[in-house]
Amino acid sequence: MEITDQTIEYVSALAKLSLQPEEKEKAKKDLGNILTYIDMMKELDTDGIEPMSHAFSMKNVFRDDVVTNEDNREELLKNAPKQKDGCFMVPKTVD
Amino acid sequence: MEITRLTAIELSNKIKQKELSVEEAVMASLSMIKKREPYYQSYISVMEEDALAQARKIQAALEAGNFADSPLVGVPIAVKDNICTKGVATTCASKILENFIPPYNASVVDRLKEAGAIILGKTNMDEFAMGSTTETSYFGATKNPWNTDCVPGGSSGGSAAAVAAEEAFVALGSDTGGSIRQPSAFCGVTGIKPTYGTVSRYGLIAYASSLDQIGPIARSVSDCAATLQVISGADDKDTTCVKSASYDYMSALKSDVKGLRIGIPRGYFSEGLDPEVKKGVLGAVAVFKEQGAIVEEFDLDAVDYAIPAYYVIASAEASSNLSRYDGVKYGYRSADFDGLQELYKKTRSEGFGEEVKRRMMIGAFVLSSGYYDAYYNKALKVKALIKQGFDRAFERFDIILGPTAPTTALKLGDSLSDPVKMYLGDIYTVSVNMAGLPAISIPCGLSKGGVSSNKSDGIPSSKSYGMPIGLQLIGRPFGERDIIRAAYTLEKTNSYLRPTLND
Repeated sequence: MEITDQTIEYVSALAKLSLQPEEKEKAKKDLGNILTYIDMMKELDTDGIEPMSHAFSMKNVFRDDVVTNEDNREELLKNAPKQKDGCFMVPKTVD
Repeated sequence: MEITRLTAIELSNKIKQKELSVEEAVMASLSMIKKREPYYQSYISVMEEDALAQARKIQAALEAGNFADSPLVGVPIAVKDNICTKGVATTCASKILENFIPPYNASVVDRLKEAGAIILGKTNMDEFAMGSTTETSYFGATKNPWNTDCVPGGSSGGSAAAVAAEEAFVALGSDTGGSIRQPSAFCGVTGIKPTYGTVSRYGLIAYASSLDQIGPIARSVSDCAATLQVISGADDKDTTCVKSASYDYMSALKSDVKGLRIGIPRGYFSEGLDPEVKKGVLGAVAVFKEQGAIVEEFDLDAVDYAIPAYYVIASAEASSNLSRYDGVKYGYRSADFDGLQELYKKTRSEGFGEEVKRRMMIGAFVLSSGYYDAYYNKALKVKALIKQGFDRAFERFDIILGPTAPTTALKLGDSLSDPVKMYLGDIYTVSVNMAGLPAISIPCGLSKGGVSSNKSDGIPSSKSYGMPIGLQLIGRPFGERDIIRAAYTLEKTNSYLRPTLND
């Protein structure tokens, strides 16, 4: 399958990646080869087959809605690249 | 007596009988790690002080009369670095999680600790478990203890190598498309991928959630059974964990396959299979027949389409699961960006490696509007057909037998250049994850000739020499006991093949 510049732009935007020009060329080639290979699935007749997401069907596994963990805000924030006033810090998004 | 050569069960018995202390066991493992890590690089981090502190605690508890029934008390165990350990870096072998310190333990880690096992360190892997060689690790490749020019397999290559190199008694791995079984085969050790829902995934950093399972890697079937028994069981923190199954695996350690019905899919021995691997697998078949098993060939439906369907499903789930790495809550953040969108894009582009980016893009593509039906939905239908094929097979057979991988361990650097070729190496393993089934890889001899080469066209033919061959036994859902019993029977007919280790 031929992968166009437009398709690579689109999937990299969906995956929130910005590719360098040489990465983009390699990705076009690799994705093309992989999708060509994947296309062999089309040979298999799957008419009337229900798509199966999980091998064993389990439905509505419920538990009581009670808090079991402690307040470990400080510990969780330790992993944040930037924090302020007990919150995660992000660039200004609304003017 | 060299402590590190004992099996986990032998070690814990000696500890219980006070022939050895837990601290002695841990110190033996730590000194072996110091000696051998320069050659093999199985670990990303070693928890030296923490392991010794755990040892003293467990020893005291043991002396107070606890852990008398635990098969793993005092046993040093390595954990793959995508399984969360509280207060200890858990990186997924990725730059994007290089500094991540989990604030909690994975349920399997808690269960090991509750059984008195000692967590020794975190093992190397392919980045985010995406790969078959452990070469995509941000921290560098692990080497195969049988031959340091070869890969240990992957993605749990560090776990398999640590066990083979006697740098751990047991290791936990994770298996999404073969990542426990294939490195176990390449390193000459035993590994179990349990039935989906047998072991809690809570605290396992997600790759493809509908396929991921944690399982043990060890130097004997008994050690695998003991570890699986400890880590399995329902967990409120993972709703896909199944409640009803029985988790007694150690009582299945019996040398008896009389009347066991074993099926071999005809296609498993077609082109692409290394003749040395075929010879090894057929050797095991002869043993099973001799021991009274009934072995027959049959046609397994839709299995040829497992690899393409697997890569669609796994990549789709990965693209969703990995969207959480945004440089905000944890992990790497790009130093320089303009606005929130650029923060995301630069963080992710700088933080993820090539194979991970590739799978996220494939995932985004197959889920995108216009392609969803042709790829993702189609793959889910193929998955249903694969499951039906196995269901029909298990009406006739108790176990399905085949190779774990089409070759023995490949040379470092031979696989990464062509992703499609690397994916073809998963031919025998991915269908098992798609159908949610349990499977074990167990050594079945060594190859002769030169190391396998992937340089030619198609799946490599091998001129192998002295590299381990893996046999895969697949069980019916929750049929772990069947495959453990058969593997144990085979193991009893051979002695453990040990690599010549660098000291």
